[in-house]
Formats: sequence, structure tokens, C-alpha cells
Amino acid sequence: MKDKAISIFNFIGLGFFEPAVRLASGEEVNKNLNELIRKVVFPLVSILLFLFVWHFGSQALYNIERNYKIEVAKESGGETAVTAELARIESGESTINALPSPGSVFVAFKTLIEDHRVISAKKDAFAEKVAATNKKRKAKGLAAITYTGRPSFVDQVLTSLKTVTAGFFLALFLAVPIGMVLGLSETLRSSFNWLIQIFKPVSPVVWFLLVYMIVKSLTLTYDGDVSFIISFIAVGLCAMWATLINTTLGVSTVENDYLNVAKVLNLSVGQKVFKIILPSAFPLIFTGLRITVSVAWMVLIAIELLSQSPGLGTFVWEEFQNGANDSNAKIIAAMFVIGGIGFLLDRIMFSVQKLMTFTEA
Amino acid sequence: MAHIELKNVSKAYGTGEDRVEVLNNINLTIKEGEFVAIVGFSGSGKTTLIKLLSGLEFPDEGEVLYKGKPVTGPSHERGVIFQNYSLLPWLTVRNNVGMAVKEKFRQFNKSQLGERIEKYVEMVGLSHAINKLPKALSGGMRQRVSVTRALSMDPDVILMDEPLSALDALTRGTLQDEILNIWSANKRTALLITNDVDEGVYMADRIIPLKPGPKATLGPVFDVNIERPRDKTELNNNDNFKKLRNSILEYLIQIGAERSKKTSNTYTLPDLKPILKTKVFQGTRV
Repeated sequence: MKDKAISIFNFIGLGFFEPAVRLASGEEVNKNLNELIRKVVFPLVSILLFLFVWHFGSQALYNIERNYKIEVAKESGGETAVTAELARIESGESTINALPSPGSVFVAFKTLIEDHRVISAKKDAFAEKVAATNKKRKAKGLAAITYTGRPSFVDQVLTSLKTVTAGFFLALFLAVPIGMVLGLSETLRSSFNWLIQIFKPVSPVVWFLLVYMIVKSLTLTYDGDVSFIISFIAVGLCAMWATLINTTLGVSTVENDYLNVAKVLNLSVGQKVFKIILPSAFPLIFTGLRITVSVAWMVLIAIELLSQSPGLGTFVWEEFQNGANDSNAKIIAAMFVIGGIGFLLDRIMFSVQKLMTFTEA
Repeated sequence: MAHIELKNVSKAYGTGEDRVEVLNNINLTIKEGEFVAIVGFSGSGKTTLIKLLSGLEFPDEGEVLYKGKPVTGPSHERGVIFQNYSLLPWLTVRNNVGMAVKEKFRQFNKSQLGERIEKYVEMVGLSHAINKLPKALSGGMRQRVSVTRALSMDPDVILMDEPLSALDALTRGTLQDEILNIWSANKRTALLITNDVDEGVYMADRIIPLKPGPKATLGPVFDVNIERPRDKTELNNNDNFKKLRNSILEYLIQIGAERSKKTSNTYTLPDLKPILKTKVFQGTRV
């Protein structure tokens, strides 16, 4: 039980739980206590330190903005204007859009979750209301009526995850086969090298525009979610390069010993590729895929922002445009959610990578 | 009848000034069922010889004949045991051996395959480790897997490229016996390349020294007239064995000395003085 838990934690890259588990079972108390302090307590202290700096830093920034407003009021209308301005600031009528404090971000986060609950309830109510109608419409062969209200924050996170998953699989299905073909043939590798070298550093924004130009023409008569198509293709094309290059490298640098084994066993070309070359390239391919996931999640926000696909990027942009009292706090809350999900995706890929990687004999 | 024959074989790598003539004018005939050992210094072209025999490389001049026909590529009939084991690290012992069995016996169904794999893994005493990955095995165990992988394909000829040179003396002894048992059970033809004269004398019918390369050629044949099965402890007191070992060693030392004589040219170094860029050094002076 204990060893199993430890091996699971280590496998998913959360090794810092190990001393806690060992301590809980009363094993080598002194050593594990030290480990626990080093691996768990110190990181927690660093988080507290970060929150501390953030809190007082944001307060300082807030005060700069506030003092400036009062100064402006003083110059234009004297003491009466100052009291009026103070009252307006107090009531929230005059907004101060500085860096939000950790507390207000937490509040904003709770608001977002609460908002999600309200919207979900509305959605459910709506579904209940139109259930009978939809049944009739279905019988008649008409499309069902769907909820078209504002998406909640959680909905937007889910949309983003959907986009990044679609983009990742696009990258996977493009980059791995192309990388294998390029890795196997030196002629093709040198003929297409220019293309890879030119397209690899292209920025996400430009990729988005490029995909937009192409997809727009192809989807003139399509009435589905074009913005989703554009954003996931752009994400996939942005993120696939690490996998493409790693696959090419992995396939083209298979150890001679393994190729000799293939020759001595008289393996056919297909078997040689799928049983020797591909498995021996797996470690590099999965390293590439891990980078691809990180890049996909990173560029997703920018691409969604441009494509107006209803995800986290759009959420951040709309909040920025909105400029309400808690808009900045919501943006920072979204930032942490983005970071957290990115971390989670990386851990998932880390586990997959570990599973697929063999240790050299 | 000659099972394997090398006729005036020469092999070189590289071109132009980098061209290294590894083997030169090699003539060798191995009869069916014979166990031949080739001993030589490291870097004398032993691995190249194995590659030529297995069909991984082809001679620049001369012919490599197997059952009277030129070798055109690797074949199941000639099993190779590599010096560095060459197991596929992502496959278990079962699958490493299984890959070879499946390739040779395509008509086998699943249970027949499994039976044969298990039989061969058991033969080298690794049944307990059959589902382990190579990284979990010691060097000796890995080499056993490599041996059994080559043998599971039922080759007519076993080509061994210093299979035991990376192992400790004890493991080496057991594996020597295992290889001998397998060889004598099916009377295959075997060619062992080794740098250990004792190993050669213990295992082979004939020992042929390979003169050190470049342009390596085969030396005189030493026949081993010691009855099988040979016992290692008794062998140490066998006069025949002692005489043979000493004469082979003497021969090797002699050609080794010749080689060092050949390469003991004195080279006059050009009289140069380093150019010190004083500007660069000024900055670092204390």
C-alpha cells in the first residue's frame, strides 16, 4: 500500500509526497522529517513569500494610482473635489485598475465559480423547458434548440481544453508520420529542410492568420464552428515542430547495433521500421510530444484571443476590454488557472513519456 | 565438404588517405560441425571478419562462400552473437527471443511460438527472468539472452564475436560450457572470435591466430588434439594443453613484437615555438 502510493507519486512526477507518505507510516522519522521540510515546507514558504511580495507590491501600485487621482482632483477643484473623489473611490464608482491583490484574485475566482453555478442552473432550467419542444422538433426533423447564453468560466476552460486536445492530436498525426518519413530518407530530409527551418520560428499570430486565410476560403459554405477549426489547426501547426524535429532525429539516429539485429534476423522493411526503428525513437518522440503539449497550451491563449473562439484567450481579452472593478482580478485568476492546467498537462505527458521510455541497456 | 570458405578475402574501409585495409588475403575453410576459434589482438579486424561471414559486410576482393555459394546477405542459417549483446532494450527477454523465433518459424501458432521461446530461455537458465527487460539483467544474463536468441533460430552456423570478453571469469566459464553443450548437442558449425587463448583451447577444434591489422592475415593453424568433453580443472594439468597454449601465446607475442617494431619509427617533430598573443595575456597577468 505504502510502496504503491510512493511509486505512483514518483511516476506522475509528484515525488515530493514521498517523505510525507513515509512519515505517515512512521518510517525513519528523522530522515523523512528533514526530507519533508526540504521538499514540502520550503516550497510552501516560497509560495507564502511570493504572496507576501505580491500583496504589498499590489498595494503600492494601488496607492500610486489612488494618489494620482486625488492629486488630479485637488488641482482641478480643491479640497471639496478631493472628498468627492475619495467617496467615489470608496463606492467603486471611480475604478482603480491596478495590479489586483491576492485577496481580490481569490474573491474573483470564487465569483467565477459562483457565476458558473448560476449559468449551469440556467442551462439546466432551459434544457428542461425546451425538452418537450425539442422532442417535437426532433420528430419533425428540425434541429434542437440549444442554450445560446453567455458561457461560464468553466465552460471556457473546457472549450480551451477541447481546442488544445484537437490541436495536439493534429500535431501528433502530422508530425510523427512526416518526421518518420524524413528520418528514414536523407534525400527528403535535405529537400524539405528549408521548409522546416523557415516555418519553425513563425509566431503563433502569423500562423493564425495563415490558417485563417486558407480555412476561410474552404469553409465559405460551412455553417459550423469555423473559429474552433481555425484555432485548433493554428495551435496544432504552431506546436508540431518540436515533435517533427525530434521524430526525424530519433528515426535517423537509430543505433547501428539495432539495425544489425534487424539485418541478422532478416526482418522485412515494415518490421524493421515498426519493430526496431520506431521503438528506439520513442524516447525522443515522446520528449517532442511533451514539448508540443506545452507549446500548444501556451500559444492557445493568443490564438483564441485572435480567433474569438470561446475559450480562455477570449475570456482574458474580454475581461481586459470590460475594465470592470474586478476585471483585472479575473484576468489574474485566469492566469493561474492557465498555469495550473499547463502544469497538469505537463505532468500527464511526463508520465506518458516515462512509460514509453526505456533505459538504455 | 567445406561449410564455410573464405577465398583471398580483402576488406578496406574509407577512401583516399583515410583508407584502412583491415583484412588482407584471408583464406579459411571450416568443415561442417567443426568448432574453430580465431584469436587475435584487439583492433586486428576480428569483428570485420564476423561481419563478412554473416553477410553484414561484403569483401572488396575475394569470395565468402557458404555451402559453396557466395554470401549475398544475412541469413537465418548463420546466427550471430554480438560482442555487445545488442538486445532491444524496450523488449522483454521473451520478446527479444520471440522476435527471432517468429521470424524463422512463420508457420508456428501462438502456443508453438511460446513453447519454443520458453524452451530456449530455459536452456540458458533464465526462465525466472523471462518477463524482465534487459536493463534488469546482469551482463552475463544479457549475453545468455543474446546467445539463446541466435540459437533459437536453429542456425547451421554460429558466429560468435567475442561473446564472453565483457564478462567476469566465473560467468565466462559457465557460459563457455553452455555454448559447448548446445554446440555438441546439435553438431552445428561454430566460429568463435576471442582474445583469450585459454578459451580458444578449451572450446575449439582448431585455433587460428589473426595477425594484427592493418592488412591482417591469418597465421598458422593450431590443431587442438584434446578429447571432448574437456574438463577445465584437469585441463590445467594436461601437458598437451599446456604445450599448445604456450606455443600459441609465443606465436602471438612474437607477432605482437613484430608489430611494435614495425610501428616504432621515430618521427622528428618540427621545431616550433608557440606564438603568444601578449595582448590577450596582459589582461590576465597578476
